[in-house]
Amino acid sequence: MPTIAEKILNRASGQNAVAGDIVSAKVDRAMSHDNAALVWKNFKSLGVEKVWDNERIVIPIDHRVPANNIKVAEGQKAIREMVKLQRIKHYYGINTGICHQIMPEKGHVKPGWLIVGTDSHTTTYGAFGAFSTGIGATEMAGVWATGELWLRVPHTIKINVSGSLPKGSYPKDLILYIIGELTAEGANYRAVEFYGDTMQNMSISGRMTVSNMSMEMGAKAAIIPPDEKTFEWLRPRVEGDMQGVYADPDAVYEREIHFDVSDLEPQVAKPHTVDNVSPVSDVAGKHLDQVFIGSCTNGRTDDFEVVAKILEGKKIHPDVRLIVGPASYEVYLEAIEKGYIQTMIKAGAVVINPGCGPCLGAHEGIMASGERGLSTTNRNFKGRMGSPDSELFLASPATAAVSAITGEITDPRGWL
Amino acid sequence: MGRAWKYGDDINTDVLYPGRYLDSYEPSYLASHALEDLDPEFAKNVKEGDVIVGGKYFGCGSSREQAASALKYCGVKAVIAKSFARIYYRNAINMGIPPIETPDVDKINHGDEIELDMENGIIHNRTTGEDIRFNPLPSFIMEIINDGGLVPHLKKKLGTE
Repeated sequence: MPTIAEKILNRASGQNAVAGDIVSAKVDRAMSHDNAALVWKNFKSLGVEKVWDNERIVIPIDHRVPANNIKVAEGQKAIREMVKLQRIKHYYGINTGICHQIMPEKGHVKPGWLIVGTDSHTTTYGAFGAFSTGIGATEMAGVWATGELWLRVPHTIKINVSGSLPKGSYPKDLILYIIGELTAEGANYRAVEFYGDTMQNMSISGRMTVSNMSMEMGAKAAIIPPDEKTFEWLRPRVEGDMQGVYADPDAVYEREIHFDVSDLEPQVAKPHTVDNVSPVSDVAGKHLDQVFIGSCTNGRTDDFEVVAKILEGKKIHPDVRLIVGPASYEVYLEAIEKGYIQTMIKAGAVVINPGCGPCLGAHEGIMASGERGLSTTNRNFKGRMGSPDSELFLASPATAAVSAITGEITDPRGWL
Repeated sequence: MGRAWKYGDDINTDVLYPGRYLDSYEPSYLASHALEDLDPEFAKNVKEGDVIVGGKYFGCGSSREQAASALKYCGVKAVIAKSFARIYYRNAINMGIPPIETPDVDKINHGDEIELDMENGIIHNRTTGEDIRFNPLPSFIMEIINDGGLVPHLKKKLGTE
Protein backbone atom coordinates (compact mmCIF):
# COMPACT_ATOMS: atom_id res chain seq x y z
CA MET A 1 0.00 0.00 0.00
CA PRO A 2 2.89 2.44 -0.42
CA THR A 3 2.75 5.75 -2.27
CA ILE A 4 5.33 6.60 -4.96
CA ALA A 5 7.37 8.59 -2.41
CA GLU A 6 7.40 5.66 0.02
CA LYS A 7 8.44 3.22 -2.70
CA ILE A 8 11.28 5.37 -4.01
CA LEU A 9 12.64 6.19 -0.55
CA ASN A 10 12.41 2.55 0.54
CA ARG A 11 14.34 1.45 -2.53
CA ALA A 12 16.94 4.17 -1.95
CA SER A 13 17.35 3.34 1.74
CA GLY A 14 16.86 -0.41 1.73
CA GLN A 15 14.34 0.09 4.50
CA ASN A 16 10.65 -0.67 4.82
CA ALA A 17 9.52 2.71 6.01
CA VAL A 18 6.18 4.47 5.95
CA ALA A 19 5.29 8.16 5.94
CA GLY A 20 6.68 9.83 9.06
CA ASP A 21 9.70 7.52 9.42
CA ILE A 22 13.22 8.85 8.96
CA VAL A 23 15.49 6.99 6.55
CA SER A 24 19.06 7.32 5.43
CA ALA A 25 18.85 7.21 1.64
CA LYS A 26 21.42 6.86 -1.13
CA VAL A 27 20.96 9.37 -3.95
CA ASP A 28 21.04 8.56 -7.67
CA ARG A 29 22.10 12.06 -8.74
CA ALA A 30 23.31 15.14 -6.86
CA MET A 31 22.91 18.43 -8.73
CA SER A 32 24.52 21.76 -7.89
CA HIS A 33 24.66 24.92 -10.00
CA ASP A 34 26.78 28.00 -9.29
CA ASN A 35 26.49 27.23 -5.58
CA ALA A 36 28.75 24.22 -6.24
CA ALA A 37 31.46 26.75 -5.25
CA LEU A 38 29.95 26.88 -1.74
CA VAL A 39 29.45 23.10 -1.70
CA TRP A 40 33.11 22.67 -2.62
CA LYS A 41 34.22 25.10 0.09
CA ASN A 42 32.23 23.11 2.65
CA PHE A 43 33.39 19.78 1.21
CA LYS A 44 37.03 20.78 1.58
CA SER A 45 36.46 21.65 5.22
CA LEU A 46 35.21 18.08 5.81
CA GLY A 47 38.72 16.73 5.30
CA VAL A 48 37.53 14.13 2.77
CA GLU A 49 39.77 13.75 -0.27
CA LYS A 50 37.50 12.36 -2.99
CA VAL A 51 33.80 12.75 -3.74
CA TRP A 52 31.79 9.56 -3.21
CA ASP A 53 31.01 9.10 -6.91
CA ASN A 54 32.26 11.40 -9.64
CA GLU A 55 29.66 10.06 -12.12
CA ARG A 56 26.60 10.88 -10.01
CA ILE A 57 27.36 14.54 -9.40
CA VAL A 58 25.97 16.93 -12.04
CA ILE A 59 27.04 20.56 -12.23
CA PRO A 60 25.34 22.95 -14.69
CA ILE A 61 26.44 26.56 -14.26
CA ASP A 62 23.39 28.77 -14.81
CA HIS A 63 22.65 31.47 -12.25
CA ARG A 64 25.02 34.21 -13.43
CA VAL A 65 26.25 33.26 -16.88
CA PRO A 66 28.54 34.52 -18.26
CA ALA A 67 29.94 35.78 -14.93
CA ASN A 68 28.63 39.26 -14.17
CA ASN A 69 31.28 40.40 -11.70
CA ILE A 70 34.69 39.40 -10.35
CA LYS A 71 33.34 37.63 -7.24
CA VAL A 72 31.12 35.43 -9.42
CA ALA A 73 33.98 34.80 -11.86
CA GLU A 74 36.16 33.61 -8.99
CA GLY A 75 33.44 31.23 -7.83
CA GLN A 76 32.98 29.76 -11.32
CA LYS A 77 36.74 29.40 -11.69
CA ALA A 78 36.86 27.47 -8.40
CA ILE A 79 34.11 25.17 -9.74
CA ARG A 80 35.99 24.47 -12.97
CA GLU A 81 39.16 23.66 -11.00
CA MET A 82 37.19 21.37 -8.70
CA VAL A 83 35.58 19.61 -11.68
CA LYS A 84 39.05 18.79 -13.05
CA LEU A 85 40.50 17.81 -9.69
CA GLN A 86 37.60 15.52 -8.76
CA ARG A 87 37.12 14.31 -12.36
CA ILE A 88 33.40 15.23 -12.22
CA LYS A 89 31.98 13.58 -15.33
CA HIS A 90 28.86 15.68 -15.84
CA TYR A 91 29.81 19.36 -15.90
CA TYR A 92 27.86 21.78 -18.08
CA GLY A 93 29.41 25.19 -18.66
CA ILE A 94 27.94 28.59 -19.43
CA ASN A 95 26.83 27.46 -22.90
CA THR A 96 24.29 24.83 -21.80
CA GLY A 97 21.32 26.21 -19.90
CA ILE A 98 19.31 26.15 -16.70
CA CYS A 99 19.96 23.22 -14.37
CA HIS A 100 16.34 22.02 -14.23
CA GLN A 101 16.17 21.85 -18.03
CA ILE A 102 19.66 20.37 -18.38
CA MET A 103 19.08 17.55 -15.88
CA PRO A 104 16.39 15.78 -17.92
CA GLU A 105 17.73 16.94 -21.32
CA LYS A 106 21.15 15.41 -20.68
CA GLY A 107 19.80 12.17 -19.28
CA HIS A 108 20.24 12.71 -15.54
CA VAL A 109 16.62 12.03 -14.63
CA LYS A 110 14.90 8.64 -14.60
CA PRO A 111 11.54 7.57 -13.19
CA GLY A 112 11.97 6.19 -9.68
CA TRP A 113 15.28 7.91 -9.00
CA LEU A 114 16.11 9.86 -5.85
CA ILE A 115 17.70 13.15 -6.89
CA VAL A 116 18.79 16.00 -4.64
CA GLY A 117 19.84 19.44 -5.81
CA THR A 118 21.01 22.64 -4.18
CA ASP A 119 18.06 24.52 -5.61
CA SER A 120 14.50 24.61 -4.33
CA HIS A 121 12.98 23.98 -7.77
CA THR A 122 14.66 20.57 -7.96
CA THR A 123 11.08 19.28 -7.60
CA THR A 124 10.90 19.75 -11.41
CA TYR A 125 12.06 16.16 -12.11
CA GLY A 126 8.91 14.84 -10.48
CA ALA A 127 7.45 15.49 -13.94
CA PHE A 128 9.33 12.32 -14.98
CA GLY A 129 8.31 10.24 -11.96
CA ALA A 130 11.44 10.92 -9.89
CA PHE A 131 11.55 11.87 -6.20
CA SER A 132 13.63 15.02 -6.44
CA THR A 133 14.04 17.68 -3.82
CA GLY A 134 16.06 20.74 -2.84
CA ILE A 135 18.70 20.85 -0.10
CA GLY A 136 21.28 23.38 1.11
CA ALA A 137 24.93 23.60 0.09
CA THR A 138 26.34 22.31 3.36
CA GLU A 139 24.04 19.32 3.22
CA MET A 140 25.22 18.71 -0.35
CA ALA A 141 28.83 18.69 0.87
CA GLY A 142 27.76 15.80 3.09
CA VAL A 143 26.19 14.06 0.08
CA TRP A 144 29.37 14.55 -1.96
CA ALA A 145 31.28 12.89 0.88
CA THR A 146 28.92 10.02 1.69
CA GLY A 147 26.38 9.69 -1.15
CA GLU A 148 23.50 9.73 1.29
CA LEU A 149 21.39 11.92 3.55
CA TRP A 150 18.61 11.58 6.11
CA LEU A 151 15.08 12.21 4.90
CA ARG A 152 11.74 12.00 6.60
CA VAL A 153 9.44 9.90 4.41
CA PRO A 154 6.72 12.42 3.57
CA HIS A 155 2.99 12.01 3.73
CA THR A 156 1.48 12.42 0.27
CA ILE A 157 -1.32 14.62 -1.04
CA LYS A 158 -3.06 13.17 -4.08
CA ILE A 159 -4.25 15.76 -6.59
CA ASN A 160 -6.65 14.67 -9.33
CA VAL A 161 -7.07 17.06 -12.23
CA SER A 162 -9.76 16.53 -14.84
CA GLY A 163 -11.11 18.37 -17.87
CA SER A 164 -9.60 20.14 -20.87
CA LEU A 165 -7.84 23.45 -20.30
CA PRO A 166 -9.93 26.13 -22.04
CA LYS A 167 -8.40 28.33 -24.74
CA GLY A 168 -6.15 30.90 -23.05
CA SER A 169 -5.42 28.73 -20.00
CA TYR A 170 -2.26 26.64 -19.72
CA PRO A 171 -0.48 24.36 -17.21
CA LYS A 172 0.94 27.53 -15.60
CA ASP A 173 -2.57 28.81 -14.91
CA LEU A 174 -3.48 25.43 -13.43
CA ILE A 175 -0.57 25.30 -11.01
CA LEU A 176 -1.02 28.95 -10.01
CA TYR A 177 -4.66 28.18 -9.26
CA ILE A 178 -3.73 25.09 -7.21
CA ILE A 179 -1.12 27.07 -5.22
CA GLY A 180 -3.71 29.77 -4.56
CA GLU A 181 -6.13 27.14 -3.26
CA LEU A 182 -3.64 25.15 -1.17
CA THR A 183 -1.56 28.21 -0.09
CA ALA A 184 2.23 28.55 0.02
CA GLU A 185 2.46 26.26 3.03
CA GLY A 186 -0.24 23.85 1.88
CA ALA A 187 2.09 21.02 0.88
CA ASN A 188 5.02 21.83 3.20
CA TYR A 189 6.92 18.64 4.14
CA ARG A 190 4.56 16.66 1.88
CA ALA A 191 4.95 14.86 -1.40
CA VAL A 192 2.31 15.55 -4.03
CA GLU A 193 1.18 13.05 -6.68
CA PHE A 194 -0.74 14.34 -9.71
CA TYR A 195 -3.32 12.24 -11.53
CA GLY A 196 -6.19 12.66 -13.97
CA ASP A 197 -6.87 13.09 -17.67
CA THR A 198 -5.62 16.69 -17.64
CA MET A 199 -2.20 15.49 -16.52
CA GLN A 200 -2.20 12.60 -19.01
CA ASN A 201 -2.98 14.96 -21.88
CA MET A 202 -0.41 17.52 -20.76
CA SER A 203 2.90 17.89 -22.64
CA ILE A 204 6.17 17.03 -20.89
CA SER A 205 6.97 20.74 -20.88
CA GLY A 206 3.66 21.53 -19.14
CA ARG A 207 4.24 18.78 -16.58
CA MET A 208 7.65 20.29 -15.84
CA THR A 209 5.95 23.65 -15.18
CA VAL A 210 3.58 21.96 -12.71
CA SER A 211 6.27 20.01 -10.83
CA ASN A 212 8.61 23.01 -10.86
CA MET A 213 6.06 25.34 -9.28
CA SER A 214 4.74 22.81 -6.77
CA MET A 215 7.69 23.90 -4.64
CA GLU A 216 5.79 27.16 -4.18
CA MET A 217 3.21 25.32 -2.08
CA GLY A 218 6.01 23.76 -0.08
CA ALA A 219 6.06 20.35 -1.78
CA LYS A 220 9.07 18.18 -0.99
CA ALA A 221 8.45 16.21 -4.19
CA ALA A 222 5.86 16.73 -6.96
CA ILE A 223 5.47 13.46 -8.78
CA ILE A 224 3.56 12.80 -12.01
CA PRO A 225 3.44 9.04 -12.66
CA PRO A 226 5.40 8.29 -15.84
CA ASP A 227 3.53 7.16 -18.97
CA GLU A 228 4.47 6.37 -22.57
CA LYS A 229 4.96 10.10 -23.24
CA THR A 230 7.51 10.26 -20.43
CA PHE A 231 9.45 7.21 -21.62
CA GLU A 232 9.40 8.42 -25.22
CA TRP A 233 10.85 11.80 -24.21
CA LEU A 234 13.54 10.28 -22.01
CA ARG A 235 14.54 7.26 -24.15
CA PRO A 236 16.97 9.01 -26.53
CA ARG A 237 18.49 10.87 -23.58
CA VAL A 238 19.13 8.34 -20.80
CA GLU A 239 21.47 5.36 -20.57
CA GLY A 240 20.08 1.95 -19.69
CA ASP A 241 16.62 0.74 -18.78
CA MET A 242 13.81 2.70 -17.23
CA GLN A 243 11.27 1.37 -14.80
CA GLY A 244 8.33 3.48 -13.68
CA VAL A 245 7.43 3.49 -9.98
CA TYR A 246 3.70 3.63 -9.28
CA ALA A 247 1.60 3.84 -6.15
CA ASP A 248 -0.31 0.78 -5.01
CA PRO A 249 -4.06 1.01 -5.65
CA ASP A 250 -4.68 1.10 -1.89
CA ALA A 251 -1.90 3.60 -1.14
CA VAL A 252 -2.61 5.76 1.89
CA TYR A 253 -2.85 9.49 1.18
CA GLU A 254 -3.05 12.27 3.73
CA ARG A 255 -5.53 14.14 1.56
CA GLU A 256 -7.14 13.74 -1.82
CA ILE A 257 -8.12 16.83 -3.79
CA HIS A 258 -9.98 17.18 -7.10
CA PHE A 259 -9.78 20.04 -9.57
CA ASP A 260 -11.84 20.44 -12.72
CA VAL A 261 -10.12 22.78 -15.15
CA SER A 262 -12.94 23.04 -17.72
CA ASP A 263 -13.74 26.63 -16.67
CA LEU A 264 -10.28 27.69 -15.50
CA GLU A 265 -9.58 31.35 -16.30
CA PRO A 266 -6.03 32.59 -16.91
CA GLN A 267 -4.47 33.18 -13.49
CA VAL A 268 -1.94 35.59 -12.04
CA ALA A 269 0.08 35.62 -8.79
CA LYS A 270 0.12 39.13 -7.37
CA PRO A 271 2.90 40.78 -5.32
CA HIS A 272 4.54 39.65 -3.06
CA THR A 273 3.64 35.98 -2.60
CA VAL A 274 3.05 33.14 -5.07
CA ASP A 275 -0.19 32.10 -3.36
CA ASN A 276 -1.72 35.56 -3.79
CA VAL A 277 -3.56 34.30 -6.87
CA SER A 278 -6.53 35.69 -8.79
CA PRO A 279 -7.89 35.57 -12.35
CA VAL A 280 -5.95 37.85 -14.71
CA SER A 281 -9.21 39.72 -15.37
CA ASP A 282 -9.20 40.98 -11.73
CA VAL A 283 -5.98 42.93 -12.25
CA ALA A 284 -6.28 43.74 -15.95
CA GLY A 285 -5.24 47.27 -16.91
CA LYS A 286 -2.29 47.70 -14.55
CA HIS A 287 0.56 49.26 -16.53
CA LEU A 288 3.82 47.32 -16.94
CA ASP A 289 7.46 48.37 -17.27
CA GLN A 290 8.99 44.93 -17.87
CA VAL A 291 7.85 41.52 -19.08
CA PHE A 292 10.09 38.46 -18.75
CA ILE A 293 9.30 35.25 -20.63
CA GLY A 294 11.59 32.34 -19.83
CA SER A 295 13.20 30.41 -16.96
CA CYS A 296 12.99 26.77 -15.86
CA THR A 297 9.28 27.31 -15.32
CA ASN A 298 8.22 28.56 -18.77
CA GLY A 299 11.21 28.92 -21.08
CA ARG A 300 10.67 25.93 -23.36
CA THR A 301 9.93 25.60 -27.07
CA ASP A 302 6.18 25.18 -26.72
CA ASP A 303 6.07 28.27 -24.49
CA PHE A 304 7.81 30.27 -27.23
CA GLU A 305 5.46 28.80 -29.83
CA VAL A 306 2.52 30.34 -27.97
CA VAL A 307 4.39 33.63 -27.57
CA ALA A 308 5.54 33.81 -31.20
CA LYS A 309 2.00 33.19 -32.47
CA ILE A 310 0.77 36.14 -30.41
CA LEU A 311 3.66 38.46 -31.33
CA GLU A 312 3.73 37.56 -35.05
CA GLY A 313 3.60 40.78 -37.07
CA LYS A 314 3.02 42.94 -33.96
CA LYS A 315 5.13 45.35 -31.92
CA ILE A 316 5.36 45.43 -28.14
CA HIS A 317 4.26 48.57 -26.29
CA PRO A 318 6.98 51.26 -26.47
CA ASP A 319 7.06 51.64 -22.66
CA VAL A 320 7.62 47.93 -22.03
CA ARG A 321 10.93 46.08 -21.97
CA LEU A 322 10.32 42.50 -23.12
CA ILE A 323 13.06 40.06 -22.12
CA VAL A 324 13.09 36.48 -23.36
CA GLY A 325 15.29 33.78 -21.80
CA PRO A 326 15.30 30.23 -23.23
CA ALA A 327 15.74 27.45 -20.65
CA SER A 328 18.59 25.78 -22.54
CA TYR A 329 20.62 25.92 -25.75
CA GLU A 330 18.70 22.91 -27.06
CA VAL A 331 15.51 24.94 -26.63
CA TYR A 332 17.18 28.08 -27.99
CA LEU A 333 18.30 26.35 -31.20
CA GLU A 334 14.93 24.70 -31.71
CA ALA A 335 13.19 28.05 -31.24
CA ILE A 336 15.57 29.61 -33.78
CA GLU A 337 14.92 26.81 -36.29
CA LYS A 338 11.18 27.23 -35.89
CA GLY A 339 11.44 30.98 -36.37
CA TYR A 340 10.09 31.89 -32.92
CA ILE A 341 13.20 33.82 -31.88
CA GLN A 342 13.13 35.98 -35.04
CA THR A 343 9.44 36.73 -34.50
CA MET A 344 10.01 37.76 -30.89
CA ILE A 345 13.02 39.95 -31.77
CA LYS A 346 11.10 41.65 -34.59
CA ALA A 347 8.31 42.40 -32.14
CA GLY A 348 10.81 44.17 -29.89
CA ALA A 349 12.07 41.48 -27.51
CA VAL A 350 15.57 41.31 -26.06
CA VAL A 351 16.67 37.67 -26.14
CA ILE A 352 19.18 36.80 -23.44
CA ASN A 353 21.34 33.70 -23.27
CA PRO A 354 19.91 30.62 -21.52
CA GLY A 355 20.34 31.01 -17.76
CA CYS A 356 18.55 32.15 -14.60
CA GLY A 357 19.41 35.87 -14.97
CA PRO A 358 16.47 38.11 -14.09
CA CYS A 359 14.37 35.43 -12.31
CA LEU A 360 16.26 35.92 -9.06
CA GLY A 361 17.39 39.46 -9.70
CA ALA A 362 20.91 38.33 -10.56
CA HIS A 363 21.47 40.22 -13.83
CA GLU A 364 20.16 40.80 -17.39
CA GLY A 365 16.89 42.46 -16.43
CA ILE A 366 16.76 44.03 -12.97
CA MET A 367 13.81 46.31 -12.13
CA ALA A 368 14.13 49.78 -10.65
CA SER A 369 12.15 51.13 -7.69
CA GLY A 370 8.51 51.84 -8.43
CA GLU A 371 8.51 49.58 -11.51
CA ARG A 372 6.03 46.82 -12.17
CA GLY A 373 6.87 43.58 -13.97
CA LEU A 374 5.06 40.51 -15.20
CA SER A 375 7.02 37.31 -15.51
CA THR A 376 6.58 33.65 -16.42
CA THR A 377 8.97 32.65 -13.60
CA ASN A 378 8.12 30.95 -10.33
CA ARG A 379 8.59 33.44 -7.53
CA ASN A 380 7.52 37.04 -6.87
CA PHE A 381 8.80 37.79 -3.39
CA LYS A 382 9.63 41.37 -2.50
CA GLY A 383 12.85 42.36 -4.28
CA ARG A 384 12.99 39.10 -6.24
CA MET A 385 13.63 40.74 -9.63
CA GLY A 386 15.47 43.80 -8.40
CA SER A 387 14.46 46.73 -6.23
CA PRO A 388 12.53 45.88 -3.05
CA ASP A 389 10.25 48.70 -4.17
CA SER A 390 9.30 47.00 -7.43
CA GLU A 391 6.28 44.75 -7.99
CA LEU A 392 6.19 41.42 -9.77
CA PHE A 393 3.21 39.46 -11.15
CA LEU A 394 3.52 35.85 -12.32
CA ALA A 395 1.54 34.47 -15.26
CA SER A 396 1.59 32.20 -18.31
CA PRO A 397 3.62 32.95 -21.46
CA ALA A 398 0.38 33.82 -23.29
CA THR A 399 -0.65 36.39 -20.67
CA ALA A 400 2.91 37.74 -20.70
CA ALA A 401 3.06 38.09 -24.50
CA VAL A 402 -0.32 39.82 -24.80
CA SER A 403 0.51 42.13 -21.89
CA ALA A 404 3.81 43.09 -23.55
CA ILE A 405 1.84 44.29 -26.58
CA THR A 406 -0.73 46.29 -24.62
CA GLY A 407 1.68 47.60 -21.99
CA GLU A 408 -0.69 46.56 -19.23
CA ILE A 409 -1.79 43.32 -17.60
CA THR A 410 -4.16 41.79 -20.13
CA ASP A 411 -6.32 38.68 -20.26
CA PRO A 412 -5.03 36.68 -23.26
CA ARG A 413 -8.45 35.31 -24.21
CA GLY A 414 -9.66 37.12 -27.27
CA TRP A 415 -6.10 37.46 -28.58
CA LEU A 416 -5.69 33.79 -29.49
CA MET B 1 20.65 34.71 26.89
CA GLY B 2 19.78 37.13 24.12
CA ARG B 3 17.15 39.50 22.81
CA ALA B 4 14.27 38.56 20.56
CA TRP B 5 13.94 40.06 17.06
CA LYS B 6 10.29 39.56 16.27
CA TYR B 7 8.87 39.38 12.73
CA GLY B 8 5.67 38.16 11.09
CA ASP B 9 4.43 35.24 9.00
CA ASP B 10 6.00 33.89 5.79
CA ILE B 11 9.44 35.44 6.23
CA ASN B 12 10.99 34.30 2.95
CA THR B 13 14.56 33.64 1.89
CA ASP B 14 14.64 36.67 -0.43
CA VAL B 15 14.16 39.05 2.52
CA LEU B 16 16.31 36.95 4.88
CA TYR B 17 19.14 37.18 2.36
CA PRO B 18 18.54 38.99 -0.96
CA GLY B 19 19.59 37.20 -4.17
CA ARG B 20 21.64 40.19 -5.27
CA TYR B 21 24.19 39.43 -2.51
CA LEU B 22 24.64 35.75 -3.37
CA ASP B 23 27.86 36.62 -5.19
CA SER B 24 30.17 36.04 -2.22
CA TYR B 25 30.41 33.56 0.63
CA GLU B 26 32.49 35.74 2.98
CA PRO B 27 30.99 35.48 6.51
CA SER B 28 31.30 39.22 7.21
CA TYR B 29 29.64 40.07 3.86
CA LEU B 30 26.79 37.64 4.61
CA ALA B 31 26.35 39.06 8.12
CA SER B 32 26.21 42.62 6.82
CA HIS B 33 23.25 41.91 4.46
CA ALA B 34 21.17 39.65 6.73
CA LEU B 35 17.48 40.60 6.72
CA GLU B 36 18.33 43.72 4.73
CA ASP B 37 15.04 43.96 2.80
CA LEU B 38 12.97 43.20 5.92
CA ASP B 39 14.70 45.20 8.65
CA PRO B 40 17.63 47.38 7.55
CA GLU B 41 18.48 48.03 11.24
CA PHE B 42 18.93 44.34 12.08
CA ALA B 43 22.46 43.69 10.81
CA LYS B 44 23.76 46.85 12.48
CA ASN B 45 22.27 46.16 15.90
CA VAL B 46 22.07 42.38 16.33
CA LYS B 47 24.21 40.96 19.15
CA GLU B 48 25.76 37.56 19.83
CA GLY B 49 23.17 35.29 21.44
CA ASP B 50 20.09 37.03 20.04
CA VAL B 51 17.20 34.97 18.65
CA ILE B 52 14.84 35.50 15.72
CA VAL B 53 11.12 34.99 16.26
CA GLY B 54 8.79 34.52 13.29
CA GLY B 55 5.24 33.39 12.62
CA LYS B 56 4.19 30.61 10.29
CA TYR B 57 6.23 29.18 7.38
CA PHE B 58 9.50 30.82 8.33
CA GLY B 59 12.19 30.59 5.61
CA CYS B 60 9.94 29.79 2.68
CA GLY B 61 11.39 30.08 -0.82
CA SER B 62 14.86 29.34 -2.07
CA SER B 63 17.24 26.60 -0.91
CA ARG B 64 19.94 29.23 -0.37
CA GLU B 65 21.50 28.39 2.96
CA GLN B 66 22.86 31.93 3.22
CA ALA B 67 19.39 32.71 4.63
CA ALA B 68 20.47 30.61 7.62
CA SER B 69 24.24 31.09 7.60
CA ALA B 70 23.94 34.90 7.45
CA LEU B 71 22.07 34.68 10.79
CA LYS B 72 24.74 32.39 12.21
CA TYR B 73 27.46 34.86 11.22
CA CYS B 74 25.45 37.60 12.98
CA GLY B 75 25.60 35.59 16.20
CA VAL B 76 21.96 34.46 16.17
CA LYS B 77 21.59 31.42 18.41
CA ALA B 78 18.12 30.13 17.49
CA VAL B 79 15.10 30.75 15.30
CA ILE B 80 11.70 30.35 16.95
CA ALA B 81 8.61 30.15 14.72
CA LYS B 82 5.12 28.70 14.44
CA SER B 83 6.31 26.57 11.52
CA PHE B 84 9.24 26.34 9.11
CA ALA B 85 9.64 25.70 5.40
CA ARG B 86 11.31 22.34 4.99
CA ILE B 87 14.57 23.35 3.30
CA TYR B 88 15.12 26.19 5.76
CA TYR B 89 14.52 23.82 8.67
CA ARG B 90 17.31 21.54 7.40
CA ASN B 91 19.65 24.42 6.57
CA ALA B 92 19.26 25.89 10.07
CA ILE B 93 20.14 22.53 11.64
CA ASN B 94 23.09 22.11 9.28
CA MET B 95 24.36 25.56 10.31
CA GLY B 96 24.03 24.64 13.99
CA ILE B 97 21.08 26.97 14.60
CA PRO B 98 18.18 25.16 16.30
CA PRO B 99 14.82 25.74 14.60
CA ILE B 100 12.28 25.77 17.44
CA GLU B 101 8.62 25.21 16.62
CA THR B 102 5.95 26.53 18.96
CA PRO B 103 2.45 27.88 18.41
CA ASP B 104 3.08 30.34 21.27
CA VAL B 105 5.28 32.91 19.53
CA ASP B 106 2.76 35.57 20.60
CA LYS B 107 4.15 35.22 24.12
CA ILE B 108 7.42 36.75 22.92
CA ASN B 109 7.68 40.47 22.14
CA HIS B 110 10.32 42.29 20.15
CA GLY B 111 13.27 42.94 22.47
CA ASP B 112 12.34 40.41 25.19
CA GLU B 113 15.26 38.68 26.91
CA ILE B 114 15.15 34.99 26.01
CA GLU B 115 16.93 31.99 27.48
CA LEU B 116 16.67 28.52 25.91
CA ASP B 117 16.66 25.09 27.49
CA MET B 118 17.02 22.85 24.43
CA GLU B 119 17.19 19.60 26.38
CA ASN B 120 13.92 20.08 28.21
CA GLY B 121 12.21 22.11 25.49
CA ILE B 122 11.63 25.36 27.39
CA ILE B 123 11.90 28.98 26.22
CA HIS B 124 12.35 31.17 29.31
CA ASN B 125 11.08 34.66 28.59
CA ARG B 126 13.08 36.61 31.21
CA THR B 127 11.27 39.85 30.40
CA THR B 128 7.73 38.57 31.01
CA GLY B 129 8.72 35.74 33.36
CA GLU B 130 6.74 33.29 31.25
CA ASP B 131 7.95 29.83 30.16
CA ILE B 132 7.00 28.47 26.74
CA ARG B 133 7.27 24.73 26.13
CA PHE B 134 8.21 23.08 22.84
CA ASN B 135 8.93 19.53 21.67
CA PRO B 136 12.69 19.02 22.05
CA LEU B 137 14.44 18.21 18.77
CA PRO B 138 15.26 14.51 18.14
CA SER B 139 18.59 13.44 19.62
CA PHE B 140 20.30 12.88 16.23
CA ILE B 141 19.44 16.45 15.25
CA MET B 142 20.63 17.84 18.61
CA GLU B 143 23.91 16.02 18.00
CA ILE B 144 24.38 17.97 14.75
CA ILE B 145 23.50 21.24 16.50
CA ASN B 146 25.69 20.56 19.53
CA ASP B 147 28.61 19.74 17.25
CA GLY B 148 28.19 23.19 15.69
CA GLY B 149 26.51 22.13 12.44
CA LEU B 150 26.75 19.41 9.79
CA VAL B 151 30.39 20.03 8.79
CA PRO B 152 31.90 19.59 12.27
CA HIS B 153 29.40 16.79 12.92
CA LEU B 154 30.42 14.84 9.80
CA LYS B 155 34.11 15.40 10.54
CA LYS B 156 33.58 13.77 13.88
CA LYS B 157 31.63 10.91 12.31
CA LEU B 158 34.07 10.34 9.43
CA GLY B 159 37.07 10.66 11.73
CA THR B 160 38.59 13.50 9.69
CA GLU B 161 38.81 16.06 12.52
